[in-house]
Amino acid sequence: MASPLTAGLGLKPQHYDEALHCSASGLWWEVHPENYLADGGPRLAWLEAIRARHPVSLHGVSLSLAADAPPDAEHLQRLARLVRRIGPALVSEHLAWSAWRGRYHPDLLPFPRTHEALARIAANIGTTQDALGRAIAIENPTHYLHLDGHDWSETDFLAELARRTGCGLLLDVANVYLSAHNLGTCAHDYLDAFPVHAITEIHLAGHHADPRLGDALLIDSHDAPVAEPVWALYERLIARTGPRPTLIERDDQIPTLPELLAERGRAHRILTTPEALPCT
Amino acid sequence: MHLSDFQDGLAGALLPPPGTGAPPPAWLDALLAQPGFAVYRNTVARGCIDALQANYPAVHALVGTEWLRSAAHAFVHQRPPPDGRLMGYGAGFAEFLDHFGPAADLPYLGAVARLDRCWTESHLAADAPALHAAWLARLPPQALAGLRLRPHPATRWQWCAAHPAYSLWQRQREGLPWDATLPWQGEGALLTRPHGAVQWTALPHAGCALLDACAAGAPFEQAAAQALETDPAADLPALVALLLRTGALRAPDNPSP
Repeated sequence: MASPLTAGLGLKPQHYDEALHCSASGLWWEVHPENYLADGGPRLAWLEAIRARHPVSLHGVSLSLAADAPPDAEHLQRLARLVRRIGPALVSEHLAWSAWRGRYHPDLLPFPRTHEALARIAANIGTTQDALGRAIAIENPTHYLHLDGHDWSETDFLAELARRTGCGLLLDVANVYLSAHNLGTCAHDYLDAFPVHAITEIHLAGHHADPRLGDALLIDSHDAPVAEPVWALYERLIARTGPRPTLIERDDQIPTLPELLAERGRAHRILTTPEALPCT
Repeated sequence: MHLSDFQDGLAGALLPPPGTGAPPPAWLDALLAQPGFAVYRNTVARGCIDALQANYPAVHALVGTEWLRSAAHAFVHQRPPPDGRLMGYGAGFAEFLDHFGPAADLPYLGAVARLDRCWTESHLAADAPALHAAWLARLPPQALAGLRLRPHPATRWQWCAAHPAYSLWQRQREGLPWDATLPWQGEGALLTRPHGAVQWTALPHAGCALLDACAAGAPFEQAAAQALETDPAADLPALVALLLRTGALRAPDNPSP
């Protein structure tokens, strides 16, 4: 039997060859499917080679599930073909929108969490899960704006989506930390209210302070090691939930693979020796 | 407020279509006034511009980062990405550069951009078996005239009559210095993907005409005539050998002639 997924890493093209030959226990690799939605060619061949040796997770950024429109049918078909071809261990997307009226905005955009939005997003998740023939996980994004008009807290909204659609949840602990900091709320309260039973994956990432505003605004830049306060939230969470597959995201200022593997080792140790965690 | 109204407002503020100057509604003004709005605006713009810079490396090398990003910024607002596959973003950038005022002193820039685009299209194209010389050799000689050769899905070719676009592009791609002695004459390029990586070579004008005719579905006899019309001195056997050697043609669906 395959060993359970512990801690994974984002797969970067410059690390393909080394990644192929990594033998760390419980290791898995995550990619953005958008970078592999090609008709053919070397990218798909690379991903298939990785998949032949390691579990792979497809973490989408452009399905735009929170747009007030069904997911683009062509995009969904391409994604379904990739899922069939790769057989990913995990598939996820964001509680956000990016594509709207035929234009793609490369970001994870916010929206007021209204009853109307809940119905629309639940329908979009259902459409996606039907097309892919499997459940997906939905991730909490980082927030930078105070929006008016929410009918739901984010944790209740996610819990209700999971209840209505059977989707899993991807809890990004760094996003919780940054959003709480940026919006002046409490990360502990958020995590205490989070429907942890539905968590199928966890994300951790590094951030930096806004170049103009400094610490008043923290940016989810994925360009640094995971910060200590985020590790502390993570340890407290795992002590409560038990081990869940955990990914360390790094998309900029990318260090060598051994450095990333060392950081990943910290998450792996937390997941495999939860008894060593502080009681909360 | 309806979700779609919110999205129309925010999308319009992030990537305003050209020529829209209507003042934002009060609710949107309140968002734009928050410091966090700049994070979204910068991330959206940077994502599009980074993708163009990555997808047009020879143009980038020729004009430098500042110039490229300024041109990319103007292009993004005219033609934002249609979907999340940013690895393929930038169709039409070459034609945009052809008419971009600040590029008037660099009349070859669009032609170089077309070759960067050819590379991207070749890199992402479907897989298919290539046509091998052995298959052609088994063909009865009388069958050749009516044979419809098809370009491989990953094959791209370009003829540029006015500039040595291929040499300019190739030197940037291969990191070679500018060659002041480069003869300023028309050039063609052939890009293929025989074994995973995209490869390139010069292609004479007649070779481009031959591939144009094959792509249009012409039988070989007619394609050869078009090639010779382009250049009566063209060496057809050498051109066909080049196409076979580079994997530029697609194997027939029925493998035995």
